Formats: sequence, C-alpha cells, structure tokens
Amino acid sequence: MVLFLANISLGAVKIPLADVLQSLTGGEASKTSWHYIIINYRLPKAITALLAGMGLSVGGLLMQTLFRNPLAGPDVLGLNSGASLGVAFVILASGIFPATLAGIFLSPYGIVLASVAGSFIVLLAILAVAQRLRDTMAILIIGLMFTSFTGAIVGVLTYFSTAEQLQKYTFWALGSLGNLPWDNIILLALVVLMGLIMAVITLKPLDALLLGERYAKSMGINFKRTRFIIILATSLLTGCITAFAGPIAFVGLVVPHMAKLLFKTSSHNVLFWATLLTGGVLMLLCDIFTQLPGSAFVLPINAITSIIGAPVVIGLLLSKRKGIFN
Amino acid sequence: MQANNISIGYSSKKLNHIIASGINLTLKTGTLTALIGANGIGKSTLLRTLTGIQEPLSGNVILNGKGIESYTPARLAQQLSIVLTESLPPSNLTVYQLVALGRQPYTNWVGSLSPEDHFKITEALELTQTSHLSDKKHFEISDGQLQKVLIARALAQDTPLIILDEPTTHLDLRHKVSLLRLLKKLAGEQGKCILYSTHDPDLALQLSDELIIMTRDTVLQNTPQGCIESNIFNTLFNDDGIVFDPDKKSFIVR
Repeated sequence: MVLFLANISLGAVKIPLADVLQSLTGGEASKTSWHYIIINYRLPKAITALLAGMGLSVGGLLMQTLFRNPLAGPDVLGLNSGASLGVAFVILASGIFPATLAGIFLSPYGIVLASVAGSFIVLLAILAVAQRLRDTMAILIIGLMFTSFTGAIVGVLTYFSTAEQLQKYTFWALGSLGNLPWDNIILLALVVLMGLIMAVITLKPLDALLLGERYAKSMGINFKRTRFIIILATSLLTGCITAFAGPIAFVGLVVPHMAKLLFKTSSHNVLFWATLLTGGVLMLLCDIFTQLPGSAFVLPINAITSIIGAPVVIGLLLSKRKGIFN
Repeated sequence: MQANNISIGYSSKKLNHIIASGINLTLKTGTLTALIGANGIGKSTLLRTLTGIQEPLSGNVILNGKGIESYTPARLAQQLSIVLTESLPPSNLTVYQLVALGRQPYTNWVGSLSPEDHFKITEALELTQTSHLSDKKHFEISDGQLQKVLIARALAQDTPLIILDEPTTHLDLRHKVSLLRLLKKLAGEQGKCILYSTHDPDLALQLSDELIIMTRDTVLQNTPQGCIESNIFNTLFNDDGIVFDPDKKSFIVR
C-alpha cells in the first residue's frame, strides 16, 4: 500500500503527497494538470505494475513446480518469445489481410488473443519435449532454442513489413508499463484474475506434484487435467501481460525463489500468496527505479528487472542449497 | 488383490511386446510379499500393471472384487499407495509436510488438514519411528531415514494395500533388515497387504511371508519354504556360476 502510494507520488513531475491522496480519493488536486497526471498516467501505471508483477510471478511458480525445475519461468522457457511471435504476426502481418480483419487483429483483444495463443503454443511444444527428455537442463536449453527460433521468425517478418508496422512493433517490444488506457487495464485485470483463479484451483495438486508425477497420480491427482489448467493459467497470465506491457524478463523466475527464501516453505497455499505479494512489491519497486524522482529520464522496465534478476539467478546457481538444486 | 491370468508388456501400434504371460497372483491382507527377479525380467512392468498405471495386455487385475481400471484416481488412492525409488524433486518440504501429503485423498480442495488428518500423520510417523525427524527438511535426512519417511507417507494415505518399488536399494545391510522388519511389523500389526520388489533374495527369504519369483519361463508365488522346495532359485539368474544352497537358504558363487 505504501509502495503503491510511493509509486504514484514519484515521477517526472513533483506532486505533493497530499495532492496525490486528494486526487485518488476523488477530490481535486491543487493543480488540474496534477490531477490529470495522477488519474490518467500514474495510477494506471501503478496498477499495471502490480498486475504484471503478480501475474508473471505466479506464472513462474506454476512452471517451476510443473517442470520440477528451479530455473523455469515464463521468460526462460520462451513463453515471452512465443507471445512476442503472436504479437509480431498480428502487427507485422496485418497488411496481408483485408482492412476490416486487420482492424480486429490490431484491437487490444486481437493482440491479447495472439499473445496468449503464442505462449500457449510454445508451452505445449516445451511440454512435448519435456515428456521425452527428463533432464532439467535439456528443458532449459529447449526454451533457449525457442527464444532464438521465434526471434528469427520475427526477424523474417520485419523484413517484409512496412516502416510504420515496424515502428509499432519495436515500441511494443521495448516494453512499458505506462500509456495504457483504462479500458485496456480493465481487460488486463480481468484476464490476470482469471489466470490467478485457475492457479488457486491447482494449489492442492501442485503440493502433490512436489513429490513428482507418479506420486501425485498415486495420491488421486488427475494429472492431465491439472497440467492443462496450469498451462492454460500460465499462458493467460504471461500472454496477456506481455501483450500489454511487452516482454518483461526475470520477474517470473526470481520472485518465486524470493518467496521461497522469505517464507521457507514449499506449501503452495502459502507460496501462492507470498508470490503474489512479493511479485507486486518487486514490480512497484522496479517501476519506481525506472524513474529517478524529479528527473525526466525513464529507463525501460526490462533493464531494471534484468539488473536485479541476473545477479539473483547467478547467486541461486552458486548457492549449494540442496533444497533448490539436488 | 488378485491378478487373473494376466500378460504384461507394452503394446505399440502393430504388435504387442509381451514380457511375461499367464501370471496368477493373490495378495492377502496381513501378509508381506517380496517380488524377486533378475534385472530386466519385468518386475517394474508387473508393479506398474498391478498399480493400474499400465493396463495388462490380457487378463485382469482385481482389487476388492472390482477391476482396477474401474476405479477413479481418487478412489484408487484410498485403496492403494506406493513408495518409489526415484529421487524426489527439489523442494523445501519438511518431513511432516511430506507425510501430510499422504492425506490428500481425504482433504478438501485446498488440502487443509483436519484433527483426524493430523492424528493419522502423527501415527504414521510413530509407526515408522521417524517422529524426531518431523521438522527436518526431506533433503537433510539420510537415505534410510528418507525411505522410512516415504513409507510413513504411504501409511498416512491409509490404504489396505501398499506397493514398494525396491525400497532397500541404496541401504546398508543393517538398514535393509530394519526396513524389512518394519514392513513385516506393519503387515502383521496393522493388517496391511504389502508387496515390495527387491534384489536381496536372501533377506526376502528370511523376512517375507510370501515370495513372487519371476524367471524367464514362469512367475511363481509361494511361501519361502515352498519356493525352496520347488528348486526355482537355481534358474533365477540364468547363470550356472550362481547356485542356491537349500540348507543355508542362500546363494553361493562357484
């Protein structure tokens, strides 16, 4: 809550806290421009940050348990890239289709749908490979391959598209939590909520999966159904967030580990809420750092999450905690 | 549990790959049964078939008078629990939490534990003498202790039938013996029906009520004494250099 307020209060234009509170509670700030900035720029951005942090983190938690792999995460497994590919198809290839169809494709719904479909397909592909290769590292390498594969296809697509389309795609790919109109935020919130509800349904089977697939089945878990829900939930979360905020790295991988370290448990009933909380907090913090208070510079959110995320991953790899790496 | 004239193996698109056929088995309440056979003879396939993971190519597996394939996963989980050799995925589970997972077939959709669940968990820990480990993480305890904890998990699942896949591997002789004594005690005192596969025929002869012996030609179920009298042990390994001494009840290398 405090962070949420801090996130809204800090930005390129200095706005006193009292005025921030006034604007948020429905009153008028002392300057109308301040009121406008807060309601139409900073509040949406803070909400997006919160939703993105929560959604990506829970997606990461689901992936780590499903693949029994501490290094799994939406970005590592290439889900972000899958989503990017979906969006690239829609934005860059829209010229091929007649105008009315292109209009549908380029609407927020079209982009969300393409993005979710993209991450869903990548996830299915990874799952198919994971069935054959039990090796943890192999799955990660497959994720890397998908990332470069989708990157290549995006590259080919850009070659055939107009400068205007290219610009549109490039801006999207840089990633930004801001500039979302309210109706997009409502759509984002609804899809994220759907994904989170699906995740809640799988909390008990997820606990059983901590012992591996065969034990989980022997304890009465309908594994196929559980796996499907987990995959759908993760695709919805990752796809939708990537569609609106661009590909955001590391959050999905790092936050579940932070939650596991902070709360020292494996129970998904606790971890789910811990991950939600940590994810939201971390994303708000990262977003504050993108904007040095009082200055007009805005760093890309991806840069900040990577600066925080990369050392954490290296630290995890180096730590010989048997609980994380056997 | 009964297996009526089952054939086990794998079926691919065109042909069935039969590993063993004409198998008839009966597992009774209160008995500890050992499954013995050389590597690659099909012990795991038999266990997978008996636990319903894999369907028999022919014949049927009957559990409490009903075909095992007619049980839903949730119902089967209240009849049959398993203990595997494969190593557990990395997690922060404590011993208590691990054993508590055995209660999943009985808990609600979020998996919250009732006082009865806690009672069953504590009981399972006491029966396996692992109560003192309950707050330790599962990766902090020794292999022998972990094996007992996994058995405690199966006990907490409160099923009449428990099937263990090579529970004594990775253990030294003392821990092997203590584990088999524990299984025998559970079968006798708790009235469980327990089946385990093993590569220690000597110990199985001394500490089991019944044996199932898989050789290339037959699958035989009998009491330890009956098995010795049938002289099946010399064909067990298909190697003239390993002979069975019926007086010492053990194998000798020539």
